[in-house]
Amino acid sequence: MDFLRPASWEEALAAKAEHPTAVPIAGGTDVMVEINFDHRRPEYLLDLNRIGDLEEWEVGEDSVRLGASVPYTRIMENLRGELPGLALASHTVASPQIRNRGGVGGNLGTASPAGDAHPALLAAGAEVEVESVRGSRRIPIDAFYTGVKRNALAADELIRAVHIKKADGPQQYSKVGTRNAMVIAVCAFGLALHPETRTVRTGIGSAAPTPVRAKAAEEFLDAALEEGGFWDNGKIITPSVAKQFADLCSAACNPIDDVRGTASYRRHAVGIMARRTLTWTWESYRGTAARTEGVA
Amino acid sequence: MRVNFTVNGRKQEADDVWEGESLLYVLRERMGLPGSKNACEQGECGSCTVRLDGVPVCSCLVAAGQVEGREVVTVEGLADFAKQRAEHGGCASGACGTSLQDAQQWAAKGQDSQTGEGTELAPIQQAFIDAGAVQCGFCTPGLLVAADEMLEHNPNPTDADIREALSGNLCRCTGYEKIMDAVRLAAARQGEAV
Repeated sequence: MDFLRPASWEEALAAKAEHPTAVPIAGGTDVMVEINFDHRRPEYLLDLNRIGDLEEWEVGEDSVRLGASVPYTRIMENLRGELPGLALASHTVASPQIRNRGGVGGNLGTASPAGDAHPALLAAGAEVEVESVRGSRRIPIDAFYTGVKRNALAADELIRAVHIKKADGPQQYSKVGTRNAMVIAVCAFGLALHPETRTVRTGIGSAAPTPVRAKAAEEFLDAALEEGGFWDNGKIITPSVAKQFADLCSAACNPIDDVRGTASYRRHAVGIMARRTLTWTWESYRGTAARTEGVA
Repeated sequence: MRVNFTVNGRKQEADDVWEGESLLYVLRERMGLPGSKNACEQGECGSCTVRLDGVPVCSCLVAAGQVEGREVVTVEGLADFAKQRAEHGGCASGACGTSLQDAQQWAAKGQDSQTGEGTELAPIQQAFIDAGAVQCGFCTPGLLVAADEMLEHNPNPTDADIREALSGNLCRCTGYEKIMDAVRLAAARQGEAV
């Protein structure tokens, strides 16, 4: 094994071009587990810790450019206002020790369906900025996940940043597990209201081969909210509408039975989380409820 | 490969480090510092917690090569680290720190002080002894490092704060109540001292 230590982003891209099999390591919270357990013996480890830019973020007009290695701790502390869904998701990541090291770039690189950031990114709307010596491109988050632990990166590309739309309305995140800390999601759900476009976006984790949006549920809810004038009159969402939305979210799942839970439980739980997060965000949108914090 | 880094305030050099090796392995097997414990090797248990540039991390998940030029504090250096912080707000002179030899021979010589004063230990260490928060002791080093860091920036933690800060540290003796007592005790003593 070789340990590559590029001092700059350009050096990192050159190294990745020369050694496409090199495994990038930043927080190490996924990669080191695989090495410790002898599940993986990469030819090259490509250390990204020396590239300071990757730990920086910029708040722009419409979006936040989040460096790939910004630790979850920083997101929770600094971006709660701009990225409430992702901040809530970050809070559910493992433990303080892990949150101090891990970041969204690693979640995207690993592309596990259980990654905690994915549902929040899908719900908020995001683009992944990837680069190689051939150039830079932005991959829409909807096109990023291509299979179980597979993503749209080419072999010579590295994830540099994620551009996440700033919240224009309430966002929520919910995750099912056996305890609050140190839990890989049995399943997870992110929801974002977008009052500016009068749309609702969702993200489902751990309930399909990849993180997915419940698009049929979104379309149904968008139409129902429009038809009932809910965005203007701020009325409580009709229970039958919430139920239909929840059922459609369950239907968007394509889960499996595994050690953490059964497929039918996951479908059920996603429906419950869909209804709850819709209620929480809508109450917050109506401005009648004090509740702004989610429950992990 | 060779790795140069600072351990407990002193510059150290590790040779013949395998590229896939963890910081934990380097500390235990190459530096002779077995205070940081090796248990789950997947970041679940927190028993290998050290501070990397001041931040608590699982040393089993840090590749050795990633610590080049960086600062690590282990439980063996915690007493001196806490002393310097209390007296000088950190290590100003560069003459502080715990040498490798001292760290290798380090043992918890606590006192039955009841007040936590006149001890060579870090306040959090003495509080763990006084509160009876140590059973088999395997989780203790990680808990000490994590709890000490929390008290550094949150001197008046609520129970919820303590639980959150220590949520990445497992105690399989399940001695959590006494551990909570110890952290509350350390916080109270810290408050009295100011």
